[in-house]
Amino acid sequence: MKSRDSWRTWVWRVTAQCACALLLTTSATQADSILAPVGPVGAGDRIIFFDALVIMLAIVIPTMVATLAFAWWYRASNTRAVYRPDFTYSGRIELVTWSIPTLVIFFLGGVIWIGSHRLDPFQPLPSKAKPLEIEAISFDWKWLFIYPEQQIASVNRLVIPVGRPLHLRITSASVFNAFFVPRLGSMIYAMNGMVSQLNLEADKPGTYLGLSAQFSGDGFPDMKFDSVAIPAQQFASWTTGVKGAPLDRAAVSALLKQSRAVAPYTYRGIDASLFDAIASRRLGPGEGPVSGRGGPGTQNVLPHGDAP
Amino acid sequence: MLGKLSWDAIPFDQPIPLIAAAVVMAILLGILGWIIAKGWAPYLWKEWITSVDHKHIGIMYVLLGLVMLLRGFIDAIMMRSQQALAFHAQGYLPPEHYDQIFSAHGTIMILFGAMPLVIGIMNFVVPLQLGSRDVAFPTLNSVSFWLTATGALLVNVSLVVGEFSRVGWLPYPPLSELRYSPGVGVDYYLWSVQISGIGTLLTGINFVTTILKIRAPGMTYLRMPMFCWTALASCLLIIAAFPVLTASLAMLTLDRYLGFHFFTNEAGGNAMMFVNLIWAWGHPEVYILVLPAFGIYSEVISTFSGKPLFGYRSMVAATLFICIVSFCVWLHHFFTMGAGGDVNAVFGIATSIIAVGTGVKMYNWLFTMYGGRIRFAAPMLWSIGFMTTFITGGMTGVLLAVPPADFLLHNSLFLVAHFHHVIVGGVIFAVMAALVYWWPKAFGFRLHEGWGKAAFWFALAGFYVTFVPLYVVGILGMTRRLQHYDVSQWRPWILVSGFGVLILIGGAICQAIQLVVSISRRAELRDFTGDPWDGRTLEWATPSPPPAFNFPVLPQVQGAEAYWDVKRRAREAHLLGKEPEYEAIEMPRNSPTGFVCAFFATLIGFALIWHIWWLMIVGLIGAYVTFVVFAWRDVPEYIIPADEVARIERANRAVRQEALASAAAT
Amino acid sequence: MSIADTAVPFADPYRLGTRAPNLARGHGGGGPATKRVIVGYGFWLFLLSDIVVFSCLFAAYAVLADATAGGPRARDIFEPNRVALETACLLASSFFCGLATIAVARRDQILTQAALAITGLFGLAFLLLEASEFAALHAHGDGPTRSAFLTGFFTLVGCHGLHVTAGLLWLGTMMAQFFAKGFRPDIGRRFLCFSMFWHFLDIIWVAIFSLVYLVGTRL
Repeated sequence: MKSRDSWRTWVWRVTAQCACALLLTTSATQADSILAPVGPVGAGDRIIFFDALVIMLAIVIPTMVATLAFAWWYRASNTRAVYRPDFTYSGRIELVTWSIPTLVIFFLGGVIWIGSHRLDPFQPLPSKAKPLEIEAISFDWKWLFIYPEQQIASVNRLVIPVGRPLHLRITSASVFNAFFVPRLGSMIYAMNGMVSQLNLEADKPGTYLGLSAQFSGDGFPDMKFDSVAIPAQQFASWTTGVKGAPLDRAAVSALLKQSRAVAPYTYRGIDASLFDAIASRRLGPGEGPVSGRGGPGTQNVLPHGDAP
Repeated sequence: MLGKLSWDAIPFDQPIPLIAAAVVMAILLGILGWIIAKGWAPYLWKEWITSVDHKHIGIMYVLLGLVMLLRGFIDAIMMRSQQALAFHAQGYLPPEHYDQIFSAHGTIMILFGAMPLVIGIMNFVVPLQLGSRDVAFPTLNSVSFWLTATGALLVNVSLVVGEFSRVGWLPYPPLSELRYSPGVGVDYYLWSVQISGIGTLLTGINFVTTILKIRAPGMTYLRMPMFCWTALASCLLIIAAFPVLTASLAMLTLDRYLGFHFFTNEAGGNAMMFVNLIWAWGHPEVYILVLPAFGIYSEVISTFSGKPLFGYRSMVAATLFICIVSFCVWLHHFFTMGAGGDVNAVFGIATSIIAVGTGVKMYNWLFTMYGGRIRFAAPMLWSIGFMTTFITGGMTGVLLAVPPADFLLHNSLFLVAHFHHVIVGGVIFAVMAALVYWWPKAFGFRLHEGWGKAAFWFALAGFYVTFVPLYVVGILGMTRRLQHYDVSQWRPWILVSGFGVLILIGGAICQAIQLVVSISRRAELRDFTGDPWDGRTLEWATPSPPPAFNFPVLPQVQGAEAYWDVKRRAREAHLLGKEPEYEAIEMPRNSPTGFVCAFFATLIGFALIWHIWWLMIVGLIGAYVTFVVFAWRDVPEYIIPADEVARIERANRAVRQEALASAAAT
Repeated sequence: MSIADTAVPFADPYRLGTRAPNLARGHGGGGPATKRVIVGYGFWLFLLSDIVVFSCLFAAYAVLADATAGGPRARDIFEPNRVALETACLLASSFFCGLATIAVARRDQILTQAALAITGLFGLAFLLLEASEFAALHAHGDGPTRSAFLTGFFTLVGCHGLHVTAGLLWLGTMMAQFFAKGFRPDIGRRFLCFSMFWHFLDIIWVAIFSLVYLVGTRL
């Protein structure tokens, strides 16, 4: 891990010197930045991001400088520049023009290959602790997080223990969405009829922004949730303290109706078959709007903040 | 009788589209009234609407593209201002309206703005550069244009009758299925894109045939100008990719109209199949736009550096390389589907391999400038602006092709910034360069230089101020298509971006002033020589504007730079080549087929959107009758007598002889 | 035909799409190709693009083939005998289309009309057989809305059927043109396109026959 760290600091140093230092540092120092990860997945993604960036800047910056320099030096008014109207081919230059981008892509290809495999969202994280199982379902327009082992569920609020890997199984009860907590790392689609998986871990306690990264209709901007990372003991006491109605089929059919900006609330007591029933389309799908413009009636506008 | 159409379809509750549409209607009626009052209607009908001349069709394409570019830009202004206002608030656009605006912005900019502009430039330039009289199928060309115009018309009709799609510029199911989008918005999208897509496909067929089959004698493949090569590659992509669009939209249409289950959540439908299919079109589509742009830069950089294009064969190879590899990368648009490490890695690497072809092009432009004598006219400024802009835009694109980075940045404003970086910096800059570069050829006078340069600097500055903050805010986790938000870190960047749009508006105003000033001062800006930039390709051998037949006698091409060689010989000899014997020329007759087809296509599209079945049948019968009437015509061509050809060409030769003499005198 | 095509009493050898027959065909530096080459080439490109449309439909069918949603599977609904008869009709139709090509080359009006009429009748027979298959499925409740598999099947086969229908309309128009206008070069070129289209539909049908029906009866 030590060499990994020094590699990381090297990346940081080189990047800080590059032309986009301003852009990156300003973004990295702010909250919610993907460049300020709070878990191993986000940190891994960030390393790959910087590796790729540095490899490419090594060629991009000289080319930009050369473009401006050539354009300026060979301006028509510069009498010192030599006019060579017949310089139209050079085997050596052609060799260079093809080989430089090819070499860069060789390096980058390696980064891509290694990164894609190490950071495959489906792959479990290396950890001694047993991952916490979470089932996430996107509805129109709210997230439902089921904790099957704890027999509880939460709407629009994801509470997780610090330092313990999470194993999320994700599906959608209606249209596409993408589960994304920027500071934890990788996102993945929530798709009806399919189950995607995501392995994440939070290393620091805190409240992090979570959102849907795939447009899902009129209520999309409010499809965000707080992702609250708390120490393990606190998490254990939270799970035992959760109150609420049981999450059964009646509760799900209420969730299947469209609603916007739903305030977080919880369920206690879970019908264990619900997630698979939705993922295999035996339950649902989400109802959609009553009608649209040019449909049977007039436009359907939902009131704000109506919890099901 | 009228299907689903009723008064409810008019959005009386939304003043913005109603007022906008009223203004547009007033302007259109005003222009139409003015034309009729001036007695220009017959001229308009004979020389433009029914024209099958590739130059006229090209100009009409560019006009359509510019108008739609403006419409898309207004959408963009509304989006940026909405996001600037909608912090902890709803802003002035409710989601139902905002969602239509970003969907319309994407659809219009790509399919009705950029595509007509690029195809229009191809239309105008390619036959001239090939030394040809017209395209392979002139009437079909007119049909293509009018079908594209039909699509654009339907998109704009949706502003006041019903609504436009609210699901983004690509209608991802299941959101676009009837269950989640019961309104007519998606239907407007489907039929307007489908109809214009057929027009684009026909253009692709037309131009591949033209480029491969009717070049001037002596113009072998490796003597074709670079723009023709890129147009060829682009049209090959059209032929291979647009049918995929047609098929996937047709499947979605069947789902919506007849209750089929291709992509539905019910009965085993598979929505990811649509995402795969649509990107199998969508990614090549990007190269359909950008390859001709590369061709434009090649022509401009070579001309204004006073040198042939460096590494021509390398450029051809890189073009075809990009053309082929662009079909192997579509999955990078949805790495986050979770396809697994192997699949993601293969598509990520394939995507970055495309950068090899682009990199080669970049270096060859660089070495074209090396040893040149560069004149910084507006087209060259746009080109240098492109080179420095596109390389970073390409870099952020390759970053997004690295799956772990994409897992963080997918669908973020970083992505939005990236594709605007390459499409604005690549395609729109090229269109602007082409507009200034070929304007004198099309109209016989130059565009005003000062206003053109002002437009460039405004656009360049506005571009960076608008889109660099979007990169930052994307890194801060902001996702696209948000109608409102409440993360305070995002706000300042969104405000800066909104300010950038103001600078871009300045650029657009300069561009408009440039057109107005140039047209009103056309006498002093007139181009008598037909060769205002000291060009190297065959279009500059013709007078400005070129006669209907382009070339009195097809040129005999003897070298890689067809016109430059002729000009060099003439300069050395202080004399033009021997005057050829002029013959009468046969040209295709104008035909209203395209316009009439488009009329019926509009009826069919509108009828299908609103389920007015009788009108659809009327439209179909009308379209069939139009084809039969066209097929029944007996005299497809008319003859330009030899005297007329000689008269036009002798004037052209006289001007050029004079230019030679004055050059020899100095 | 190509001789008639270029035998125009006209001096400009490079007018759009006309070349003396002894020169090049558009590739290399020989100047523009003949009109017949241009038209045929353009139509080939169109057919290629149509093949891409069909390949999308084939892909969709393959993806959805197992998504029967509790409805019938392929082997439950396909009737090999009817499909064999359909194939025979279509191939026979193409054979007569070939005869029509010979008749057109010989400028024989009666033979042309007769061959084209038989071509059309076989095409019509094919369509009727297909329609009866669709109607039977629909009557049984196994229409395209039943499952994603049936959606893919009806769309793929139906799209081919739609092409045949359009082809019949074109065929009728073609016959009327030969009758009214005779064997003019432009009508000859149009007929060249039609015959390419008709044979292309065979190729698609062979693919449907093997990939949908033959494979399907084993699923």
